[in-house]
Amino acid sequence: MAKIELKDVRKVYAGNVEAVKGVSLSVEDGAFVVLVGPSGCGKSTLLRMVAGLESISSGTVQIGDRVVNDLEPAERDIAMVFQNYALYPHMTVRKNLEYGLKNRKMAPAEIARRVDEAAKMLEIGALLDRRPGQLSGGQRQRVAMGRALVREPAAFLFDEPLSNLDAKLRVQMRAEIRRLQRRLRTTSLYVTHDQLEAMTLADTLVVLNAGRIEQAGSPMEVYERPASLFVATFIGSPAMNLLPLGEQGIPGLTAPEGLFSRTRPAETLGIRPEHMRVVDGEAPRPEEMRFDLTVSGVEVVGAESFVYGTLPKGGSEIAVRVPGYSHAEPGTPLTAAADTSYLHRFDRETGRRI
Amino acid sequence: MQKAVFPNKLLPYLLLAPQVAITLVFFYWPASQALYQSMLKEDPFGLKSKFVGLQNFAQVLGNPDYLNSVRVTVVFSVSTAVLAMALALFLATAAEKVVRGKGFYRTMLIWPYAVAPAVAGLLWLFMFNPSMGTFAYLLRDAGYRWNPLLDGDQAMLLVVVAAAWKQISYNFLFFVAALQSVPRSLIEAAAIDGASSTKRFWTIVFPLIAPTTFFLLVVNTVYAFFDTFGIIDAVTGGGPAQATQTLVYKVYNDGFVNLDLGGSAAQSVILMAIVIALTAIQFRYVEKRVHYA
Ligand SMILES: Nc1ncnc2c1ncn2[C@@H]1O[C@H](COP(=O)(O)OP(=O)(O)OP(=O)(O)O)[C@@H](O)[C@H]1O
Ligand SMILES: [Mg+2]
Repeated sequence: MAKIELKDVRKVYAGNVEAVKGVSLSVEDGAFVVLVGPSGCGKSTLLRMVAGLESISSGTVQIGDRVVNDLEPAERDIAMVFQNYALYPHMTVRKNLEYGLKNRKMAPAEIARRVDEAAKMLEIGALLDRRPGQLSGGQRQRVAMGRALVREPAAFLFDEPLSNLDAKLRVQMRAEIRRLQRRLRTTSLYVTHDQLEAMTLADTLVVLNAGRIEQAGSPMEVYERPASLFVATFIGSPAMNLLPLGEQGIPGLTAPEGLFSRTRPAETLGIRPEHMRVVDGEAPRPEEMRFDLTVSGVEVVGAESFVYGTLPKGGSEIAVRVPGYSHAEPGTPLTAAADTSYLHRFDRETGRRI
Repeated sequence: MQKAVFPNKLLPYLLLAPQVAITLVFFYWPASQALYQSMLKEDPFGLKSKFVGLQNFAQVLGNPDYLNSVRVTVVFSVSTAVLAMALALFLATAAEKVVRGKGFYRTMLIWPYAVAPAVAGLLWLFMFNPSMGTFAYLLRDAGYRWNPLLDGDQAMLLVVVAAAWKQISYNFLFFVAALQSVPRSLIEAAAIDGASSTKRFWTIVFPLIAPTTFFLLVVNTVYAFFDTFGIIDAVTGGGPAQATQTLVYKVYNDGFVNLDLGGSAAQSVILMAIVIALTAIQFRYVEKRVHYA
């Protein structure tokens, strides 16, 4: 078990591509930290620098009490689960699990004990004599986990380990990874571009954008108080509704007196779909904003529906969550309301939260 | 696999016809001619020939020269195949590590393949000819008694090196492609699993390129058997004292130089049988140990 500490880590690839632009991050001993961000934001690069598969251009990476910048991957006491699993195709599952232990000249009895234990934990006991080619995607995923588990490393590194699975299996494995990590309390750094996976797995969620950390915090913190426009739209589905606030307010939006009167830099307002409701003739309350929309579409998810509507004069499209089944007809007018306490306000220039 | 259904019953046979015709004309016809010829014996003036059954075969197999040639062929083929493949694999792994000038390096290594066997033989002959070769001169200067014209082992070494050199490029190309097809993440996983780079090569990379290695083994053996005639002829002419006379060379020598057509044909037939057997063995036994991913 160990803490992972990154200090101002940078990565410049050949051709002056700056993939990671100064990231400082600490993963506490036993914590589950999830790095999330759009494709190409440098998540894998960051993880691979921790693993030792990619050189570190500047800054330091510390695992436990050692700075590991110049250590080989094998010396860093980490195990990694790859997106494509990277199982050795010519070896049986058992050999795959044993490989890392044999290389470390571990006693055969201890190797057998660990393999058995991992096989039991992951329910892959019946597969030990098969080759990876004879396994399903989910089984391969388990074996890849097993290979990391038997090492009993100081930290687990995961690079999108579930993205090759179908939706149902992904949810199942997600829960399993969470359960295992809780049980073993091994420090884990997990990379994904799936915000749902990130929200459900993380102790600490780190949102990465273009090689920089946008925000780090508990999933609920990040969800409820996004630090920037980027985070606001990246986390949550459907994304937060955004409304650029102009000189004359926003056409079609009625807000309580004085809400937007402060002299400020240009602002963008944000409000999540689930904080909005459809008004059905009742009188406005004082702390409420009202939106005059024209329905543009309806998305029925099952337990809930999302009604999309546009503000007048070519205004923004706004999603409103409606419990159950919505009967809204495209083209008809609709009034939606939201409590002002749910409003997020961002500086349009810098994108930061106000 | 899906079964193709042709509207016309004749069409599939017509489509196959050219391939069948080529095989018939260039393989079955000469092969049957050789088989027929191998059972004939010509009179000393080459005017008449008579049917003698398996007598030619008995004569060939009872001849100590022939058995010597078998031994020479085995030594020559195994050495050539092993040397050509080992060096090519070494160069291919080195080429993987080259960062700058990869293309140039590869192109340079492919050139020898464009050289005709006899010319390759001549190149090596010139370099190592005891009376005028540069390297022969250097070797003698270094105190080594170099004379492949007299020393059978040295002659063998020279033809093996020349034959292998010619084949390295070909093997190199295949090994480079095979190495590139090994997923990088496997090697990274092995690195995290604590395997040194040598260990990674032997436990991960080598087993994964085994299909290519196996394929090259077949190709190189066949090459050493059949395609090295030009090299041997140019470098040693089968000498000294038949030390480099391989089976194919002997077929040529007995048939065209000594004009023993029946004996030569019998040798060809034996040679054909050997190659068929060899290939069958390779596929049956070696391939079983090969993992096709
Ligand atoms: N070997 C490399 N050489 C040059 N540039 C690279 C290299 N690897 C990655 N990059 C660049 O660095 C940036 C970050 O890449 P990285 O693989 O870390 O993204 P990622 O966040 O993992 O994306 P994804 O979600 O698609 O996996 C990208 O712009 C990519 O093009
Ligand atoms: Mg990635």
